[in-house]
Formats: sequence, C-alpha cells, structure tokens
Amino acid sequence: MIDTAVFILIALTGGPLLGGFVSGLDRILTARFQSRIGPPLWQPFYDVVKLWGKENTVVNVWQAFCAYCYVAATSIALILFVLRSDLLLILFIQAVGAVFLVVGALSSTSPFSQVGAHRELLQILSYEPLLILVTIGIFLETGSFKIAGIYSWNEPLIMRLPFLFVVLGYALTVKLRKSPFDLSTSHHAHQELVKGLLTDYSGPILALTEIGHWYEVVLILGLCSLFWATNWIGMIVIVGVTYFFEVLIDNVSARLNWRWMLGYVWALGLSLSLVNLIWLYVD
Amino acid sequence: MLKKLIEKARIKSPWLLHYDCSSCNGCDIEVLACLTPVYDIERFGIINVGNPLHADILLVTGTVNYRNRQVLLNLFDQMPAPKVVVAIGACALSGGIFREAYNVIGGVDRVIPVNVYVPGCPAKPEAIIDGVVLGLQTLAQKHKERKADAA
Repeated sequence: MIDTAVFILIALTGGPLLGGFVSGLDRILTARFQSRIGPPLWQPFYDVVKLWGKENTVVNVWQAFCAYCYVAATSIALILFVLRSDLLLILFIQAVGAVFLVVGALSSTSPFSQVGAHRELLQILSYEPLLILVTIGIFLETGSFKIAGIYSWNEPLIMRLPFLFVVLGYALTVKLRKSPFDLSTSHHAHQELVKGLLTDYSGPILALTEIGHWYEVVLILGLCSLFWATNWIGMIVIVGVTYFFEVLIDNVSARLNWRWMLGYVWALGLSLSLVNLIWLYVD
Repeated sequence: MLKKLIEKARIKSPWLLHYDCSSCNGCDIEVLACLTPVYDIERFGIINVGNPLHADILLVTGTVNYRNRQVLLNLFDQMPAPKVVVAIGACALSGGIFREAYNVIGGVDRVIPVNVYVPGCPAKPEAIIDGVVLGLQTLAQKHKERKADAA
C-alpha cells in the first residue's frame, strides 16, 4: 500500500520534472544543431511558471475542462506505467488524454485552432494503430501485456522486435509533433497555423497542456525503454539514442502535409510491423 | 515564494509577438536577425511567437495608418496581462518620414500605450535586444505597482 503511494508520488512529481528537463535538453540540442548556444536547461520550467502567472483568459469553460482532463489522463497513464500495469490500458488512457486536447481546441471558433485540431486528429489516427501493433508484438514475444512481465523478460526485446522498434520511433515522431510530422502545432520558433492546436490555449491553461505534454514525453520514452529492459544501462542508452535521433530528424526535415504523413506512417509503419509480426509468428 | 518565482520566470521567459504595421521591412529584418545564430536571443529564453494569446512583449515596427490601426489594437487587446509594448524604428516612434502622409496616423503610441522606444532607421539588433531588456524591467515594475495597488 505504502509502496503504491510512493510510486504514484514519484510518477506525479518525477514525470513533469523529467519531461521538463528532456524538453530543455531538446531545445539546447536543437540550438546546437543550428550553431546557436540555446536557452538554459531549465528554460521550459521558466516558461511554464511564467504562463502560470499570466492573466487567465479562457475561451469557454469546456476548453479549461478539457485541458484539466488532458493533464489528468496523461498523468494517470504515467502513474499506471510506473505501477507496471497493463500496457493496453495505459495506451487507451493516453489516447483519451490526446482526444481531450483536441476537443478543447475544437471548442473555440478560431479557424487556426479548428484546423490544428483536425490535423491533430489525423496525427492520432496515424500513430494509434502503430502503438497497438507494437503492443501486440510485445505480447507475442513475452506473452504478457503487463509491464511487470515485460520488464522481467530476460532478453532485450529489440533483438526480436527490431522493426517494431523503428515503428515505435515513427509513432514517437508523430506523437511528439516533431518535424516532418509537426503539422498540428509545432515547438520553438518555427510556427505552423499560428500555433495550430494550441492557438486558443493561453496563460495557465497553456501551462497545463505543456505539463500534460511532459507526462506524455516521459511515458513514451518509458515505452522505448521496454525494448531493452534487461539492465539500466541498456534502458538509458536506448532512450537516449532514440531521443537524440528524434531531435536530429526534427532539425533536418521539412514539414509534410497530412496526406504524406498518413501515407508514409501507415505504409511504412504497418508493413514493417507486419513483417516483424510474421517473423515472430513463424519463428 | 511562488510570486517571486513567477516574477523571476517572467524575466527569464519573455515571448515576443512581432507586428509589422506598415514598415519598409528594414526594422523587421533586424528583428528577425536577433533570432539568428549571430545574436541568438533564445539564450535568454526569448521566443518569437505568432500568437498574441501566448505573447508577453509586443514589438511593433512601421507607421500606424487608418487601415492597420484596428489590427494593432486587436493584437494588443488579445495579449494576456502583464504585457509590454516596444516600438521599434523611427516610423513606429513618430511616423518617421511618412508622418505627413495623408493615410498615416503617426507613431504607435497614438493607438496603444508604448513602454519602450527603440530609435533607429533601421534599429540595430543590439538596440532591439536592449529595448526588450528594458521592457522586461518595465514588466517587473508593473508587477510591483500592481502589488502596491492591491495593498
């Protein structure tokens, strides 16, 4: 009982802390790629605290409600992950959070917000099947949807699921809204649709969505760590390398439109997962 | 404690909104030059956002005329408090050489309150960065005044 409470506390506080530092690292790396110095590591925390202190201008009640639900859903997903619960349940709760963010954006009449929300729906449509396929692959290999079971598997999953790891990388790029798939909204100084999905979120509500995003980042990096869960070094290396490549791809690629995104992600993602699943099945 | 943190964060993370009223683009190029690797204002947490709802500092270049007056007012109104306005370049300050033109109202301060004036034609990137830093001090000052009002 006490253990559970401690784990929940770790997930609730550690999630945003880690997520904030990861996004700070992201900004520094991005700046270095562009031969700039970049902001300090804790810049994302300054941003969120500042937004928290801004005037609260909400478009309507639903928007605020949806932002809170988004943070709640993403934090619950991370808590379940830390508690080593069911992977499918975690993914579904995460999806609920993502949809709440879209509904919040749809509740305003701003055309930027509307278009951004529709694009975000397309992004969800492109990465959700891939995440489920990755989960199925993990199940076929380990025989368990439980994270506890996956972590106790005695062989790194990436040896048997290399293609599915690439697929997860694809899903990660779409989920984190990195170029070339940052069409619903984008980070940093390169804007799309003003701010797309987040156009009408402002002040403390925007801070909430940022915190929710940090929970998501940590959750997805946690998913990556499942692929080399036999020891700590492997976990850290696989997560670090994956995130480095995400930032690299973010910086070297241009933004695609949604047809390209759906085509690329589905054609490549689905076929790669199919190949890996058949391999697992035959083997 | 939380208030102090917010005050510090405000100075550490000013997000800019850049609006070109009807400038010759000279000042605009200098504003964007601040974001390039040479000056790299993201070092100070400064980001150029395109959305007034996310912005803390409004940078205005160019003269205000009867057509864009309403746009400027709208942008200013949409920014959540606390906010600071920095007028950049001779045109934004007073209307510059276009002051006497029939369609020109004059400087930015004829429409919205301006906190910092950055002169120049065009203003140098160094001067613009200086102006933004001065604007941040105004932001902190505003916060203190509001607290004094509340007390």
